[in-house]
Amino acid sequence: MKKTLTVSLVALLASGAMAKAEGVLNLYNWGNYTSPELIERFTEETGIQVTVTDFDSNDTALARIRQGGHGFDIVVPSDTYIPVWIEEGLFQPLDPEIVTDRGNIAPQWLDVDYDQGREYTVPWAWGTTGIIVNTSVYGGDINTAGVIFEPPEELRGRINVIPEMSDVMSLAIYHVGGTDRCTDDMDVLRQVRDMLMEAKPHWLALDYGTVDSYAAGDLDAGIYWNGASMRARLQNDDLAYGYPRAGYPLWMDNAAVLADAQNPENAMRFMNFILQPENAALISNFARYANGITGSEAYMDEVMRDAPEIVVPDDLIGAGRFGQPCSEEINDIHTQIWTELLQ
Amino acid sequence: MAEQRESHLWKWLLCTPALLVLVLAASGPLFIVLAYSFLTPGTMGGVRWEFSTEGWFRVFLQRDIFDPDEVRWNQAHLTIFWRSISLSLQTTIICAVLGFPTAWFIATRPPHRRALWLFLITIPFWTNLLIRTFAIQELIRNNGTINTLLMRTGIIDSPIQMMFTDFAVLLGMAYVFMPLMVLPLYAAMDKLDFRLVEAGYDLYASRIKVLWYVILPLVKPGFIAGSILVFIPSIGAYVTPRVLGGGRTMMLGNLIALQFGQGRNWPLGAALAVVMLVIVVTTLVLYLRWANREGGQVRV
Repeated sequence: MKKTLTVSLVALLASGAMAKAEGVLNLYNWGNYTSPELIERFTEETGIQVTVTDFDSNDTALARIRQGGHGFDIVVPSDTYIPVWIEEGLFQPLDPEIVTDRGNIAPQWLDVDYDQGREYTVPWAWGTTGIIVNTSVYGGDINTAGVIFEPPEELRGRINVIPEMSDVMSLAIYHVGGTDRCTDDMDVLRQVRDMLMEAKPHWLALDYGTVDSYAAGDLDAGIYWNGASMRARLQNDDLAYGYPRAGYPLWMDNAAVLADAQNPENAMRFMNFILQPENAALISNFARYANGITGSEAYMDEVMRDAPEIVVPDDLIGAGRFGQPCSEEINDIHTQIWTELLQ
Repeated sequence: MAEQRESHLWKWLLCTPALLVLVLAASGPLFIVLAYSFLTPGTMGGVRWEFSTEGWFRVFLQRDIFDPDEVRWNQAHLTIFWRSISLSLQTTIICAVLGFPTAWFIATRPPHRRALWLFLITIPFWTNLLIRTFAIQELIRNNGTINTLLMRTGIIDSPIQMMFTDFAVLLGMAYVFMPLMVLPLYAAMDKLDFRLVEAGYDLYASRIKVLWYVILPLVKPGFIAGSILVFIPSIGAYVTPRVLGGGRTMMLGNLIALQFGQGRNWPLGAALAVVMLVIVVTTLVLYLRWANREGGQVRV
């Protein structure tokens, strides 16, 4: 009796919390990142209803999935975090019966360090973290993080920095001459701390959603992602995107099916769906990031194909660096510097 | 007698579900937070079940990053605590100063009109907090409503920087929490015996004196309830400071969020959360003691 009660209670809670019925898919993705057109087309083709839920950081996503009982089928974390997800057994391997088009992944994105041979993940989008500058305000070199960390007179008080600790720390470490974003060279970290503390009074804000602010001229420079910078430039021609010569972070967000997915089969069908060039192009057209699927360029908006934010200049390609999550000790130092910076 | 005891028992039994929910859903998570604050940070977030006081140590103290032997006060954390407390107190004061005339206005309308005014006060509650905060942002941004109006009328030449300042945060918090002050104040005024006010005038008290010696003491319970309702959510405010303050400086809520997110230090985050609770409870106790010492009776 007691058991029946517990079971029915659990069932009641479960059915209330998540849709488990046939023809449903629950996607857990970064905010403002999922093309509505992509979802519509998937539903049209398969009849599967898709629900999208947002997260705002890799850590939030990881913490929520670890707790269990989340009801999601697919999650889209960044490259640096993928090894943790895989090690902890949170993903299930791609089903080769359904996900048949892994060959569509561009060669340089197929054998990535974080998921050799793409056993678990497929590319969602990739991009860079760099510098956005309003060139009508500042005419100097924009391929340096000095614009933000040692700002010229005309940009002081007009700067926004994305509140992403790892991106900002990486750019700062590269800028003072470090090569490894998780360096334990205390001398480098001390320089980073001092430089950031000196730069901060010149920053107006540390905010995420600032596309409109750049376009409207409320902000004139900042650390920003390439796709978001492009969205801002399409509204205001004066904006340009710089790739710091000393080094800048490269990243890729990847879709994976969760080990405890409620609708694994639908999830696998979605994975194969986004491997199709014409569908991957929808992701790019919406978020303005490249996607790593061969042939998708042909389906992209005209403005994407030769956009300076998407096509990295040849001489600056080498400066882009993939990262890995830092050890607990180093991350702790980063957090302390970050806290001191934002006190 | 026996019958009475039985009915007592029955009452307790009827209360059990509510009590269970209270104990499990309210105190349970608190104990988990307390327990986590004494554990070791796990890899990539979470905790390892090993006892440690490091989290608590780090709340107030700090080993120098570059010279681990040097231990000093954690200046950054203390600054953030103080900013949160001070902004919350300021919010409470602004809400009280602006809320009082508002509540008075409503309480002195004819009874059939009051409902309408109260209804208007509660309308913002129907809207999501984030949307209300974005509405404020739309008003005060550089090319927002206020700056555009001022520039069109020629009062200013270049926009006034209001976004991303303490002013913006205070404005946003005062706006968001204002109804929480107005409603208890109105409730207190609704019960106010206006004959006492008339008596004050009859005894040749000036308007100021009537306000100070008659009205304020009588509506004091409303102020106390309102202040508590405003102060508590203010100190944990996360969205408003982040959106309107531009994230240049952290509040307590943001500091705690950092530890559970990018900082990956859950024990420190848990310890900070407990500290926030202690700050709230201490302030409440101090406030209530002060309020009681002053006495609720009318001073004539």
